[in-house]
Amino acid sequence: MVADVNSGHPGGSLGCADFLTLLYFDVMKHNPKNFTMDGVNEDLFFLSNGHISPVLYSVLARSGYFPVSELSTFRKLNSRLQGHPSPAKNLEGVRIASGSLGQGLSVALGAAQTKKLNGDETLVYSLHGDGELQEGQIWEAAMYAAAKNVDNIISTIDYNGRQIDGDVEDVLSLGNLRAKWEAFDWLVLEMDGHDFDNMKAVLAEAKAKTGNGKPIVIIMKTEMGQGVDYMVGTHKWHGSAPNAEQLEAALKQLEKTLDDY
Amino acid sequence: MKEFEIYGNKDTRSGFGEGLRILGEKNPNVVGLCADLTGSLKMDAFQKNHPERFFQVGIAEANMIGLAAGMTIGGKIPFTGTFANFSTSRVYDQIRQSVAYSNKNVKICASHAGLTLGEDGATHQVLEDIGMMKMLPNMTVIVPCDYEQTKQATIAIADYEGPVYLRFGRPVMPIFTPENANFQIGKADVLTEGKDVTIIACGHLVWKSIEAAKQLAEQGISAEVINMHTIKPLDEAAILKSLAKTRCVVTAEEHMVNGGLGESVSKVIVTNDLVPQEFVAVNDKFGESGPPMELMTKYGIDTANVVEAAKKVISRKA
Repeated sequence: MVADVNSGHPGGSLGCADFLTLLYFDVMKHNPKNFTMDGVNEDLFFLSNGHISPVLYSVLARSGYFPVSELSTFRKLNSRLQGHPSPAKNLEGVRIASGSLGQGLSVALGAAQTKKLNGDETLVYSLHGDGELQEGQIWEAAMYAAAKNVDNIISTIDYNGRQIDGDVEDVLSLGNLRAKWEAFDWLVLEMDGHDFDNMKAVLAEAKAKTGNGKPIVIIMKTEMGQGVDYMVGTHKWHGSAPNAEQLEAALKQLEKTLDDY
Repeated sequence: MKEFEIYGNKDTRSGFGEGLRILGEKNPNVVGLCADLTGSLKMDAFQKNHPERFFQVGIAEANMIGLAAGMTIGGKIPFTGTFANFSTSRVYDQIRQSVAYSNKNVKICASHAGLTLGEDGATHQVLEDIGMMKMLPNMTVIVPCDYEQTKQATIAIADYEGPVYLRFGRPVMPIFTPENANFQIGKADVLTEGKDVTIIACGHLVWKSIEAAKQLAEQGISAEVINMHTIKPLDEAAILKSLAKTRCVVTAEEHMVNGGLGESVSKVIVTNDLVPQEFVAVNDKFGESGPPMELMTKYGIDTANVVEAAKKVISRKA
């Protein structure tokens, strides 16, 4: 998708592919064939780091929200698959625009509070980049969630340690991330974003701990560019597309993904 | 000129508070959010009557806008409340992405707009908010003129599906909108019929324009005052109908000349029916501390400025 239009964010997308696959195919209760904006009585997912739209679209399409063939329109004129996700063109599965970072946690919390008002016991999930945590609004939302006991949300941090300008540690260190969330009075879990058994167990634990007065965050260790050897271990593939040669090399390593695109 | 009955004197923010109180009774989906200014926004009654539907978010306006956008998912109708500056310039990108572009049913309710916030000074006196909000696709922009109209507008926007910016203020001003008035989004009110000049105003400048029309009448000038409470979508038909008769226009607003009501009216004129226009607005300056009414005089948005602009624009008629 990214190579086809020579733009987009392959690194973070690949890093979250395992997590989103598990979330949409195994964890969330949702209704891809009958998408409604209100999503009453189904689990909701909000992508706050909207630049990893390729993996979101890919998972949404394969879940049945819209035809897989539509993935080939990504970032092209007249497409519903905008560079960053948006409900502006009524793309099934997308409930809010994201791209400008730091806004998705607030939105997810609002949706979670509406679920409580409606007596709807399903859950809200959100995903955030680690670099995104440099945005101040995240911490406004974090403070709010704990103070207001929003305990029907499970937020996940894609902790890949990389952002556009380099390693997060060098650009603006997050310090002790676990301690920060704990200080904001969230229940903090950790998992390996490429170990399905571990993710299943931790997500089940998170779900079991909802409804206990505390919001839940999972710090998920991932590798940006997971599955493609030359994209791993560097920040360079955050926002760059592979050329034809690089694409071929990458897809050879990911043959299972080739059948339907 | 027709005499206006004055039903009392109140601030427009109290009209918002009363409208929200009434909405609380009649619409269970209405929720309120406030960033530590519940008393200033007059949201106390709603908070007291419906604590489960009121969300105190603290001094965190960006989070408030995001929360409101999220709350619409599942059918709630969020009304956010804070000062106009913190409702707009502080959170422009949050409104742009999470509310306007996402087309969420959020009502951004903004008090203490403009110079008449008074003594707090320019940090709080936003004069650019109409411009910022009207530039956003999907956004409806409403600036009611008095307590009663603010109350009616507050109630009306709950029944309208889509993002709305509702702007009101702090000073106590005459109430001249009758209780049985039928507020309609996007439908201007012609307050006085006239033939020499059209005065199109919004917010507190509507009363100032009525006063100006009285003074002009004493000097033999017949002014048609239009209350353009909805800046977007603009009632172009009402403007063109009046201009066909008067052939000149004054626009009057408690806002920066750049980006305000006047500019919206200019666009209608230059693309339809070219007539002279004069602007009563703040001329590319920040405000300052002072009593509200004295600030209006100092910054050129008082009754006398409307009178002067009307005479000038009449003299420019071909």
